Amino acid sequence: MAPHDIRRPFKRAAISDQQKRRELSLLRQAQNRRDAQQQARCLASSILSLQSAAPESQPEQSDIELETVPEAEQESEAFSKDLDVRQASKLRGPEVRKWFARQLMLPEWMIDVPDRLAQDWYVFARPAGKRCFVVSSNGTTVSRQRNGSILHHFPSALPAGAKIRDGSGSAQSYCILDCIFHELDQTYYVIDMVCWNGYSLYDCTAEFRFYWLNSKLEESGACNAPSHYHKFRFSAVPVYNCDQSGLHAAYTGVVPYAKDGLLFYNKHALYQTGNTPLALVWKDDNCSQFVIDTDGKGEIPSQQQVVLELQDDRKLVTSDDPPVLFGCLDGDIIEKSGLHTGNLLRFAIGDGGLSFVDGKLEKADLIYLGKSNRARAFADSYSKVLFQFMVRHSPLKIDDLLASINSANDQEKTPSDIEMVG
Amino acid sequence: MEVTQVLLNAQSIDGAVRKNAEESLKHFQEQNLTVFLLLLSGELVSEEKPVETRKLAGLILKNALDAKDQQRKVELVQRWLSLDGNAKSQIKAGLLKTLSSPVSDARSTASQVIAKVAGIELPHKQWPELVGSLLSNVHQLPAHAKQATLETLGYLCEEVSPDVIDQDQVNKILTAVVQGMSASEGNTDVRLAATRALYNALGFAQANFSNDMERDYLMRVVCEATLSPEVRIRQAAFECLVSISSTYYEKLAPYIQDIFNITAKAVREDEEPVALQAIEFWSSICDEEIDILEEYGGDFTGDSDIPCFYFIKQAIPALVPMLLETLLKQEEDQDQDEGAWNIAMAGGTCLGLVARTVGDDIVPLVVPFIEENVTKPDWRQREAATYAFGSILEGPSPAKLIPLVNVALNFMLSALTKDPNSHVKDTTAWTLGRIFEFLHGSAVDSPIITQANCQQIVAVLLQSMKDTPNVAEKACGALYFLAQGYEEVGPSSPLTPFFQEIVQSLLTVTHREDARESRLRTAAYETLNEVVRCSTDETAPLVLQLVPVIIMELHNTVEGQKLSSDEREKQSELQGLLCGCLQVIIQKLGSSESTKYLFLQYADQIMGLFLSVFACRSATVHEEAMLAIGALAYATGPDFAKYMPEFYRYLEMGLQNFEEYQVCAVTVGVVGDICRALEEKVVPYCDGIMTQLLKNLSSNQLHRSVKPPIFSCFGDIALAVGEYFEKYLMWAMSALQSAAELSTHTTGDDELIEYINTLRNGILEAYSGIFQGFKNSPKTQLLIPYAPHILQFLDGIYMEKDMDDVVMKTAIGVLGDLADTLGSHAASLIQQSVSSKDFLNECLSSEDVMIKESAEWAKLAISRAISV
Repeated sequence: MAPHDIRRPFKRAAISDQQKRRELSLLRQAQNRRDAQQQARCLASSILSLQSAAPESQPEQSDIELETVPEAEQESEAFSKDLDVRQASKLRGPEVRKWFARQLMLPEWMIDVPDRLAQDWYVFARPAGKRCFVVSSNGTTVSRQRNGSILHHFPSALPAGAKIRDGSGSAQSYCILDCIFHELDQTYYVIDMVCWNGYSLYDCTAEFRFYWLNSKLEESGACNAPSHYHKFRFSAVPVYNCDQSGLHAAYTGVVPYAKDGLLFYNKHALYQTGNTPLALVWKDDNCSQFVIDTDGKGEIPSQQQVVLELQDDRKLVTSDDPPVLFGCLDGDIIEKSGLHTGNLLRFAIGDGGLSFVDGKLEKADLIYLGKSNRARAFADSYSKVLFQFMVRHSPLKIDDLLASINSANDQEKTPSDIEMVG
Repeated sequence: MEVTQVLLNAQSIDGAVRKNAEESLKHFQEQNLTVFLLLLSGELVSEEKPVETRKLAGLILKNALDAKDQQRKVELVQRWLSLDGNAKSQIKAGLLKTLSSPVSDARSTASQVIAKVAGIELPHKQWPELVGSLLSNVHQLPAHAKQATLETLGYLCEEVSPDVIDQDQVNKILTAVVQGMSASEGNTDVRLAATRALYNALGFAQANFSNDMERDYLMRVVCEATLSPEVRIRQAAFECLVSISSTYYEKLAPYIQDIFNITAKAVREDEEPVALQAIEFWSSICDEEIDILEEYGGDFTGDSDIPCFYFIKQAIPALVPMLLETLLKQEEDQDQDEGAWNIAMAGGTCLGLVARTVGDDIVPLVVPFIEENVTKPDWRQREAATYAFGSILEGPSPAKLIPLVNVALNFMLSALTKDPNSHVKDTTAWTLGRIFEFLHGSAVDSPIITQANCQQIVAVLLQSMKDTPNVAEKACGALYFLAQGYEEVGPSSPLTPFFQEIVQSLLTVTHREDARESRLRTAAYETLNEVVRCSTDETAPLVLQLVPVIIMELHNTVEGQKLSSDEREKQSELQGLLCGCLQVIIQKLGSSESTKYLFLQYADQIMGLFLSVFACRSATVHEEAMLAIGALAYATGPDFAKYMPEFYRYLEMGLQNFEEYQVCAVTVGVVGDICRALEEKVVPYCDGIMTQLLKNLSSNQLHRSVKPPIFSCFGDIALAVGEYFEKYLMWAMSALQSAAELSTHTTGDDELIEYINTLRNGILEAYSGIFQGFKNSPKTQLLIPYAPHILQFLDGIYMEKDMDDVVMKTAIGVLGDLADTLGSHAASLIQQSVSSKDFLNECLSSEDVMIKESAEWAKLAISRAISV
């Protein structure tokens, strides 16, 4: 073998375009395969397109009545609940807003104490502020409120949250965080993590999501002070096991934000969009400024007000699924006021109040006030009406919660004592 | 059977007789192999038989032991090992006996056959007495037998790997060889055979080269042989030096000065074959040092197994002038002759390597030569000066070169159009190409091409494209790199104003009468491709206009006329180039939504043409058309479904093309493209495709390089069709499982390990696709039985510690996919696996972003699976 056989005379052109075409083809195929895989893994490759949706018009704040607490109810419509991110990526404009509106997990109000609170639940002090989704992707970060309107558009240290060439993260990378924006310290308090770095946590338990949230958020640098590429600080909130000390800590502990009640999350619950009894909100005057609903002027009405939906057989129902019946409306009123099926109507609860039989609502003393504000999309939920009713009459107190934990402890202890003797 | 007569007939000039004889040989071989081989060895050993039949008998014997095709080779080895022992002994004895035959052809044939038998038997610890018996009385042998023995030792060393011969035997072989080479050996043929044997035996001499005394002795003998009066011995001795330079680089320091003197003398005075080897020695040292220095540079720890001795850096004051002298020894017609290789070309090549080895230091040594010669009346001097300049453009820093280029550029541009000599123009165009290749582009800070000279450069190159084919071809090459330098220029390219003119000129070149000379037409299309690839949005409309032009060209080639075979060859070459060009255009226009939409109006027409092209029988064209169709499928997306009914048969044909395995490989890739384009619409074609792919996997004839992509393709199909893949699951999984078992452990050279890693990657991509395809389907549980094996495979390759980054990324992704799809069903299995712990942690802390990202995914999926 003469060595010059392997040495290419270098004046002969070394370019083989066919080889180059072959290699570029393989490169393209490998890239496409990777994309397809990634898409399958992430459920979504193109949440990017959600952000380029038409600019949002800010909702007129004054239109929203009785909604000083940001997590006011939004019920699922006739739309399928399990609309996934991939489908969402095909939506445009107003549909995007609707989609986002349905993506938050909305706690029910705590109207009685769930079993096994100490074992199966977390508790944390809910920051007062605007509940929103924070989405980072393609080098930018957008926060959207429940109604889909954009709160901020900014660079952040979240994965894919700013245009920094650090080579990390693929084009498909994105994050979706469930946050409350706290005006006073201009901080996004992350109360839940829905997607992180391209991977969906929707079908993960709260236990896992909180664990992931705590390790990843810190690691990403998103908790650092604001800087040029990181306009707002993010922060996790301290989450406790809902035992006696945990509940006490959440209730009385000092946090850097104004509290607005306590949130209880069932450890085993997946991130479920819409209302869920596996997340609960509870508040009293000690831990919230907004215990009793106010009206549009910020004043507490003398009588509790509720918004109910009119059905075609004159029934008045809540937004729950299935709806809870509160009563029937006089045919007269319907005719006089020109009401139609589906209208949202405002009522006061009269002195007759609500009466229950076997824990079920039997009768409600409703006084018709008029149509609700146009901005309202949904009627009140049963748990909200009941919580507000209880607040005015016989509130669920922190002591009741603590007592429930203690009694559960006692019950748990008994059998184990017996076993130990035996 | 009368063997001698049949063997004579097999060499008859009468085709019918020959064919008949070949058939009876084949028939006999099939009937009784043992007897057949015995007869052949008997023929070879017999001094009464004619030399032609003895030679042919040996050759057939040799072919019964070895084949180029790997699979066939394994079969032959097994067949030989299973033959009757007595027969084999008899054959081997005959072969050894033939070594002392007075007929040189018989001896030399026997030498080769012995080496083949040794190649099979020694690794199996058989024929242990071979080396001993070859060497037992080598001193007493007559010269012709000694020569044959040494030759046999040489072939033997070429055939077997060093680890099957123990050091004691190596010592004996080397002793015999070195004695055969020494001056005391009076017979030239013996010395030559010994020198050539040493060339092959060098790889066995690790221990001897580590011993100072023995190494000194070996080096002295080799160096003495370079001074032999016999030119073939000198050449063989220099070949030994070249081999030593790469095998024992780190041992060369004490000898390098002497070697320089010897090589310098040979380069200046000796005959060309010897001089070429002397130059090659320095090229080979450059190769070594470039590799070592690259390893230094690539790693912060600066570790390399072998230290750099900077032989080249020390030698350049004398080495560079010597090489520059060689540049003046050009041959008149070397630029037209594809296969030309002479001292001037070897010297220039070596100079280029020296420049890459020493960088800036070469520049002051070469510049005076350039300045002195580039304006001389003798074309040899001008050409040598230009060649020297072109040679040193890769290696030295841009900071050092750019001032020179800025001075030289105008001169070069003018020489390219005005120099009366075609060689000078050829080299000038090539040098311009090198300037653009290495000193032009976004990576270079101070641009050599500015608004002021861009137009002139383009004009000169386009002008030169009308020159003789070899000059025009180099001008195309220069334009290629000029375009490439603007690849990442942004939305606006300086070439935009000339785009139309460049494309027009290139198309004109493709139509030149003499476009087939000096591969001019190929170069023109390749350059057109690069110009398109590097074009920006501004010129997208012009690229779009090119589509109907190329379509028309391709259309003209498929117009059915009766063609001679030469014309047909021309035609398919052209079709290949046009399909390649369309592929580039499709990929370019398909990559942006706006142009894709406009381009797709031509899709039907293009697809129709590709289908007609398939009617031609030429592998290259098929491959090119396939590649283009892959790009088209990607661009059209689900709409590609309408072409499937007609295209499918060609797809199948491609998958069946074992012989031209490149076509098969490309077709497999296109199946992936089609799956991604059609998604579930590919279902109607899956039965056929899967059947063929499974057949391909089980075939011994298909080139092994196609198998990994076939596995990946399983993944593509599964991902596209989801749970519909159930039909094929059992078959696919069984094929994957056996391949996985084979590829868990690797033993072999780097090349084999690389292949095994490619195979692993294919298998893993298949698993990923299948898991993700079945995700969220009610049939997920079908995959559960396969989980243990897959996890075992992951653990296995992890423990093996030899996977590359690509495999690592894919493997950890599969772990995630498995956890993601099977969830709690696989939780305990996953927890038991090493992969979910050590391997995962290793990947999580990887520096490689892609590995880390896949690992994060896997971690999440696993946590989720376990937590439920």
